[in-house]
Amino acid sequence: MAHAEQNLAIFRGNLKFKSNVSKIWGVFILLSIITTVEVALGIVKPEFLTSNSLFALKYLNWIFLVLTLVKAYYITWDFMHMRDEKMGMRRAVVWTAIFLICYLLFIVLLEGDYIFDVYKENYIKFDF
Amino acid sequence: MEATVANSGTDQKTWDGGNRPLKASYGKMMMWFFIVSDALTFSGFLASYGFSRFKFLDSWPIADEVFTHIPFLHGNFPMYYVAFMTFILIFSSVTMVLAVDAGHHMKKNKVIVYLFLTIIGGAIFVGSQAWEWGTFIKGSYGAVETKGGKILQFLNTDGERQAIGDFAISIPSERTTQQSNDGIWFQSEAARTSVTLEEVKKGFLADESLVIRTQYLDENGERTVLSRVESVAKLQSDGIGIVEGANLKHNEYGTPLFADFFFFITGFHGFHVFSGVIFNIIIFFNVIIGTYERRGHYEMVEKVGLYWHFVDLVWVFVFTVFYLI
Repeated sequence: MAHAEQNLAIFRGNLKFKSNVSKIWGVFILLSIITTVEVALGIVKPEFLTSNSLFALKYLNWIFLVLTLVKAYYITWDFMHMRDEKMGMRRAVVWTAIFLICYLLFIVLLEGDYIFDVYKENYIKFDF
Repeated sequence: MEATVANSGTDQKTWDGGNRPLKASYGKMMMWFFIVSDALTFSGFLASYGFSRFKFLDSWPIADEVFTHIPFLHGNFPMYYVAFMTFILIFSSVTMVLAVDAGHHMKKNKVIVYLFLTIIGGAIFVGSQAWEWGTFIKGSYGAVETKGGKILQFLNTDGERQAIGDFAISIPSERTTQQSNDGIWFQSEAARTSVTLEEVKKGFLADESLVIRTQYLDENGERTVLSRVESVAKLQSDGIGIVEGANLKHNEYGTPLFADFFFFITGFHGFHVFSGVIFNIIIFFNVIIGTYERRGHYEMVEKVGLYWHFVDLVWVFVFTVFYLI
């Protein structure tokens, strides 16, 4: 709402800004740093991050996914003012989306992996 | 919305709609509901991209090799331009949230300036997207398509990509593309490629230093390079046509599905950015003529701002899924 209280602390209250405008610039700097790190990693592709993997996903891709979620958090919480909404509102929006997206990714990616195995292991030649 | 809704005189009673448990206005809440459903739509697209990628895990195009161009410059610049686009969109999100903040303090002129900057940022992003599409459609090196719909690309012995137009030896012939006004009216053919398969084969056989790189990835995530002997055999037996650039059916960078998803997802996102720019322009003029000043609050800027940030949010995911992973 127009003149609702604004929560000016980020990092679980460890970094507190004096005004809403300075908080916006602070979040912008944070997002820029994260994006720069992502792009640098994407160009350099360090050997030890691409050659090791956890749960069939390379370390590098885990880093990208986590950094993306961090960016999404700050865009939603500070630019979209989710931080200032009531808890019920926050949960109605965020949990619904997170739950449905995780479920969708789970079934769809598992199926994709299965089809890959069918092409690879069975008597179907894809490159003829 | 308060200013436009007729007051029934019972608004303050709990069971007459006077209760707002979520402390958000109707309009803002509906914008959030729209955003949730749109987020699910985009996640459906990105999940189906993931499905197809898992399905062709050993032959999917590497984004670094596809998006390597910067306007006005030649050379190999993976990721730089798309990183620039990302910064533009994040920055336009910042100016939008500054406009919302200025609206809270009823500073009309600041809202105007920040909204203007947001519109410019959105326009730069859409323009960059169009350029990126154009570059992708035009292609860079060209490739030969096989019977199985896979792609063969060409390297020299140093492992550098070679453009098919550079080594193909021209075979003089006269042929023009058949237009639909020649012969039978419903028959026409697609635009002809700059070189023919026969010319590429001739050039390839003449130059001993050329080898073929297939679409398949080895265990290190690099594309498999064939030996000279294997390359000649592969080209002679499997090559059926030339691919230059990408469209919905053929893609010189690899699996055509990659191009389909690229066009569809970035296109859908670009359409969101475009409509966001339109919304911003509408409220920009509304701010100038003082609509929200008279209404007493700038909540409309906040609602359109939510949409604009959502577009940025989606781009963060599209960027990761398409360009980074």
